[in-house]
Amino acid sequence: MSLNILTSHTDADSAHALNLPNDADAHSVALDGVTRIDLTFPKFTDGRAFSQAFVLRRRGFAGDIRAHGDVLIDQLLQMQRSGFSSAVLREGQDAAHGAKLLTHYNGFYQGDAVNAEPLFKKAAA
Amino acid sequence: MYQYTEFDQQFIQARAAQYRDQLTRNLAGSLADDEFRPLRLQNGWYIQRYAPMLRVAVPYGELNSAQLRVLAQIAQDYDTPSPELLATAQATQDKIGHAPAPKLTTNYGHFTTRQNVQFNWIPLDKSADVMDLLASVNLHGIQTSGNCIRNITSDELVGIAVDEEIDARPYAEVLRQWSTLHPEFAYLPRKFKIAITGAREDRAAILWHDIGLRLIHNDAGDVGFRVFVGGGMGRTPVIGTQIREFLPWNQIINYLEAVVRVYNGWGRRDNIYKARIKILVKAEGQRYFDEVEAEYQRILTSGAHHTIPQAELDRVSACFVAPQAKPALSSADQAKIEADLQAAAAQNPELGRWLQQNVHAHKNPQLRAVSLSFKRLGLAPGDATAEQLNAAAQLADTYSLGEVRVSHDQNLLLPWVSIDQLQNLWRDARAAGFARPNLRLLSDMIACPGGDYCALANARSIPVAAAITERFQDLDELFDLGEIDLHISGCINSCGHHHSGHIGILGVDKDGQEWYQVTLGGSDGSALSGAAKPGKVVGPSFAADEVVDVIEAVLDVYKDQRQPSETFIDALQRVGFDAFKTAANAARHTTARAAA
Repeated sequence: MSLNILTSHTDADSAHALNLPNDADAHSVALDGVTRIDLTFPKFTDGRAFSQAFVLRRRGFAGDIRAHGDVLIDQLLQMQRSGFSSAVLREGQDAAHGAKLLTHYNGFYQGDAVNAEPLFKKAAA
Repeated sequence: MYQYTEFDQQFIQARAAQYRDQLTRNLAGSLADDEFRPLRLQNGWYIQRYAPMLRVAVPYGELNSAQLRVLAQIAQDYDTPSPELLATAQATQDKIGHAPAPKLTTNYGHFTTRQNVQFNWIPLDKSADVMDLLASVNLHGIQTSGNCIRNITSDELVGIAVDEEIDARPYAEVLRQWSTLHPEFAYLPRKFKIAITGAREDRAAILWHDIGLRLIHNDAGDVGFRVFVGGGMGRTPVIGTQIREFLPWNQIINYLEAVVRVYNGWGRRDNIYKARIKILVKAEGQRYFDEVEAEYQRILTSGAHHTIPQAELDRVSACFVAPQAKPALSSADQAKIEADLQAAAAQNPELGRWLQQNVHAHKNPQLRAVSLSFKRLGLAPGDATAEQLNAAAQLADTYSLGEVRVSHDQNLLLPWVSIDQLQNLWRDARAAGFARPNLRLLSDMIACPGGDYCALANARSIPVAAAITERFQDLDELFDLGEIDLHISGCINSCGHHHSGHIGILGVDKDGQEWYQVTLGGSDGSALSGAAKPGKVVGPSFAADEVVDVIEAVLDVYKDQRQPSETFIDALQRVGFDAFKTAANAARHTTARAAA
């Protein structure tokens, strides 16, 4: 599943979107009927939303998790691996280059929200 | 040493290529400096006073001679400013303080307290080439800076110490791999440092780290970790608190994931000085511990994906099997070699002192670990020129199966020296200038690069270190003073670990002048120093030209009041802080006049 890179925030299903602030507890927030969760990066160096996305996926949320705010192409790979399924780029970002950056690595050591098993489990399998 | 797999090698090469793309976009103007900054930091690239600084990761301190030679090549070929830049930098430094500034040096590497290696003059536009060169020998700067999980450090005697219960290296390597490019933990509230030891004595200062790990056996004989959290230096020195008495070894990643995830969500992001996990642990205490436990349980019930299989531990451990000494010595041969050494030492006191201070016991009785001292007149503590790096690589090849360790005290250590080679090694190390027998003595001080290079520094460290080294050159005097930890930081970020020095010196800046705060009685947690704790400040800051006199005054109190064979730190504990404090303040001349 590759991250859907968006350059502007125009969509139809906002009615079912849940805007989860950075200080909200992703473990306990009610998800019934929610089809999309919007998470925010107030600054690209504020990494709380990575953990929120991871926890939401672990809870089994299968809808869209969307990154908003200071979203730059150099953090898209981290977003994808943490469980984001879409990201609205900040203005002026090179979306095509961002898509390329998503495929830069052949693999990673640790498991993540997309591939839960770490390399050492895959090697053993 | 850990043997890099094809995956490991390709991964480091991919990282170097990723960095080159980022640098190219930055130099072309399409990646703004502020947005490039965290990316380059997480590859070890700072922008300092006059030039970039590169910090190369040395996982748990282990290097092979091929890697050391590439570090030498980088020092030789890249650690070179333009003549114009060097002239400008020197002219600027000459305006600081009253005394002429020391000459800035080039073409060298610097060993750090966290077992890494730094360079100070590599131009940024060459930085991607340097990363490619490093990758050619499986070196990199991944996560040596930035608000992420940093290089994992250990005891320089890991795997060979006589008091070691469990070799920490396989665990450190598994944790290195787990923490490398962790997608969720790249933008933590602040930097995050882990240290690990499996020895009885703590030589890795684990209680001064964000997470300290002690490998132990429980009553049933199972291997696990005692986990400490929330230690750290900086503006608010804090000793780590035990969060787990015993965690089964195979759960360590699952558990650390919980520790770091809760910190990522709860750590402060409004104030850089309150963002470390130590502040969170102080503020929330049990509530933080409870949430870590709750998150750990959630991880366990949702698959416990990072439970380490025995097969993986075995695979990594196989890289660290101790080499056999060849040929094995008979006990008669061994006894004769030891007798010969003693006789040679009696003939030659310099060799005797070297054997006493720089040569360390080893798990294998036929081997010794030998420290190469990088603390001597004319070079800053921990600095090594390109020639010296090459010379150290040669010694490693000749005497130590091609392996060296970077020590917390900014020296190198040869871990696999046969006892029958000690005299030859001493001769060669002496010729290379590495045999000064001052390990653990006053002149074996820790110092950061300070205001000569670092953009963060409030004051210079190197001239202070040089002045102390010069005053205390006499080996008889150094041996008489005995083992003393002297630590110097150029600012409160505490890279020179001043908090944990028996004598700590901290550079501070007032009205554009350099001043130095002196602390006494700090401890890194080693057997010599006692339970880890920060030193106490003796009074208002001293002027630069007072510092050496203050040190001397403090040492005079020790010499006057000590009991037979009592160390400085023990005497300080017994006699009490006040006598030393009074003597330190009585040594004021410049600041006494200013106050009058």
